[in-house]
Amino acid sequence: MNKSVFLGALTVAGLAAVGASASTLDDIKARGKINCGVTEGTLGFSSRDAEGKHGGFDVEFCRALGAAIFNDTEAVEYVELSSKNRFTALSAGQVDLLYRTTTWTFSRDVDLKTTFVGINYYDGQGFMVPKDLGVASAKELEGATVCIETGTTTELNLADFFRANGMTYEPLPVGGTTEAKAFFEEGACDVYTTDASALAGVRASLKAPDSYIILPEIVSKEPLGPTVRHGDDQWADIVRWVQNALVAAEEHGVTSANVAELSKGTENPSINRLLGAEGSLGEMLGLDNDYAARAIAAVGNYGEIFEKTIGESTPIGLPRGLNALWTEGGLQYSPPFR
Amino acid sequence: MSDMTSPPKQSFKFSMLLYDSRYRGITIQIFVLVMVLGSLGWLAGNAATNLAALGKPLRFDFLGDTASYDISQRLIDYKSTDSHGRAVLVGLLNTLLVAFMGCVAATILGVIGGVLRLSNNWLVSRLVAVYVEIFRNIPVLLWIFVCMFTITAIAPQPRDFRGDNATASMLLNDSVAVTNRGIYLPEPLFSRPLGDLNLGIFNMSIELLVLLVVLFGGVYAARWNNARANRIQVETGDRPDTTWANVAIIVVPLLAALLAMGFHIGKPELKGFNFKGGVNMSAPLIGLWLGLTLYTTTYIIEAVRSGIQSVSKGQSEAAFALGLRPGRTMSLVILPQALRVIIPQLISQYLNLTKNSSLAVAIGYMDLVSTLGGITLNQTGREMEAILMLMAIYLTISLLISAGMNWYNTRVKLVER
Ligand SMILES: N[C@@H](CCC(=O)N[C@@H](CS)C(=O)NCC(=O)O)C(=O)O
Repeated sequence: MNKSVFLGALTVAGLAAVGASASTLDDIKARGKINCGVTEGTLGFSSRDAEGKHGGFDVEFCRALGAAIFNDTEAVEYVELSSKNRFTALSAGQVDLLYRTTTWTFSRDVDLKTTFVGINYYDGQGFMVPKDLGVASAKELEGATVCIETGTTTELNLADFFRANGMTYEPLPVGGTTEAKAFFEEGACDVYTTDASALAGVRASLKAPDSYIILPEIVSKEPLGPTVRHGDDQWADIVRWVQNALVAAEEHGVTSANVAELSKGTENPSINRLLGAEGSLGEMLGLDNDYAARAIAAVGNYGEIFEKTIGESTPIGLPRGLNALWTEGGLQYSPPFR
Repeated sequence: MSDMTSPPKQSFKFSMLLYDSRYRGITIQIFVLVMVLGSLGWLAGNAATNLAALGKPLRFDFLGDTASYDISQRLIDYKSTDSHGRAVLVGLLNTLLVAFMGCVAATILGVIGGVLRLSNNWLVSRLVAVYVEIFRNIPVLLWIFVCMFTITAIAPQPRDFRGDNATASMLLNDSVAVTNRGIYLPEPLFSRPLGDLNLGIFNMSIELLVLLVVLFGGVYAARWNNARANRIQVETGDRPDTTWANVAIIVVPLLAALLAMGFHIGKPELKGFNFKGGVNMSAPLIGLWLGLTLYTTTYIIEAVRSGIQSVSKGQSEAAFALGLRPGRTMSLVILPQALRVIIPQLISQYLNLTKNSSLAVAIGYMDLVSTLGGITLNQTGREMEAILMLMAIYLTISLLISAGMNWYNTRVKLVER
């Protein structure tokens, strides 16, 4: 763990002048693969199946980029990063972007010199406790020991929440979900706290999910989204607009099933521009004109991705909630393709 | 003398730098030095340019910003509204704490083990040998994990102590609680407290200060008493018995001071989710301490064994011939001589233990690497600064340890005549 931070710093010191000089897209094309930073295992968002293949909500967005750039969803190298190492890995050029349940905050955007290009999941921080503690609200957690993953907004929110409510607690900071789960199950901590979305996945993967409850309070805003380095606007635009394309596709009712048909041209100019039948938006990005159509064909629109990875029909079982389209009372909204 | 031929005086030529063996060595050294400095300079320059290009020039003012995170095990007051600088200090003290505890425990166990390793009892010496081989040949990180997870899995949770049919109970007259979150020990309390002395970075309890002063005063007086006994012994041949007088000189004032300040023991109590009050050694601290100690002890055992074996057999035979019992032979004759072999190895083991303590981050002990190199680095994004500071601090600690031990080494090493 430490080693990679150190190596990261060395890379900054060494040759890797990636950040500012060469264009990320050129690098990616030369390499033939996108290096996508994902979590070390958050059920639903990014985890490996029995064959070691990555899957999940965040992974689908990386695959969409592979389809948009290379017409190949497999042209992605997944780099698993701990919460702690992710920004070092990004700024050292080890990955081209993070799709790593990463919260968009002011200081990360401004001071850490990363650029957030969108929000693929509107989240908030929640708490999970064993049922038999008899706790019904986070306000009753005075003096509790809390397991947190270090290097996250979680640990800052936690400090704020307890301070604001005049309560004390003992943090037990751990490096990753695996350790946190082990400590929590053995009762080394009373409370497990992280993004509510991940909490659902963690609970589902515990030995006895039913003996734990997730408390009703959501104590923070965690807009999770893709992150790139400062200074390469073209690359930021690509990541931003591929994600927007998936949302716009849902808005327009474009799905993986009908995209081929619709790409041939429709009555709706917006759809035509989105899918490349009209105009040259893709070329403006430095990609092919059908980049969005390819991405949608490969992974589906935003709603399809949601349903197949974390939606209510999956073991994670998350409702769309804030992540419904704006037309359906949610916050997902794509700027116009024009 | 006069017929000695002196070599013909040769004027210095530039090519001699390369072809004359007298100069060649120096030439090569200078060349290498220039190359090393050059590449270091290049790396530094490159880092500076890259960081500047990323918009992150080397600056340390983040240390003054609010840390916003909490730390559980701490030796000085700290809250989330304090600065990163203070969080780093808390981490540094935690590093020093576990390093100190580890070095002390490993030394004690190592000396005992080293002596047992050479025991004439076959079983005992074999057992120690097996322990050494097992613990030395498995990476210390695994031992730390094993210790930590053993504690969290085996020790009872605080809530097991609660209720009428509690499955766990406190030890030693309800004053010690062993839980899977840590061990809670009784703490000294004073009913007539004298308050705290604000020393800028931390507060020192005046009670402790008073006790230390009284203790040192007592020890000083006892030494004076010994000196007096020596003088009388030299003058009259009879040595007055000093034992009880010395005990009284040291203990009575201490007891008086404790009584005056209303000393009593504060027991930890189960309140809410956790025990409150008392001194808390957190589970990560204990796990790390145990792991580091068990691992480093093996090396100290070997150091002690080799030290003892380096003392010639004649020494112990001579001691036996003088009628010294084996225990005294060991402590008065063998060990003092063995020290000169042991100490240099001890130094490097102390250094190793201190550096290995940085594995703390793996089990949630908030040491220097977890604070400065972990959360602070991560929240501020100052990788270069944090890593440079980490290196500088560990280097300083290591140099201080070696300086201290070297000083001790020169004091105990055999004075050769
Ligand atoms: N959104 C928060 C937390 C993100 C985070 O690290 N979440 C944890 C819990 S969901 C995670 O991804 N862990 C997986 C891992 O350890 O790799 C942040 O950006 O700081």
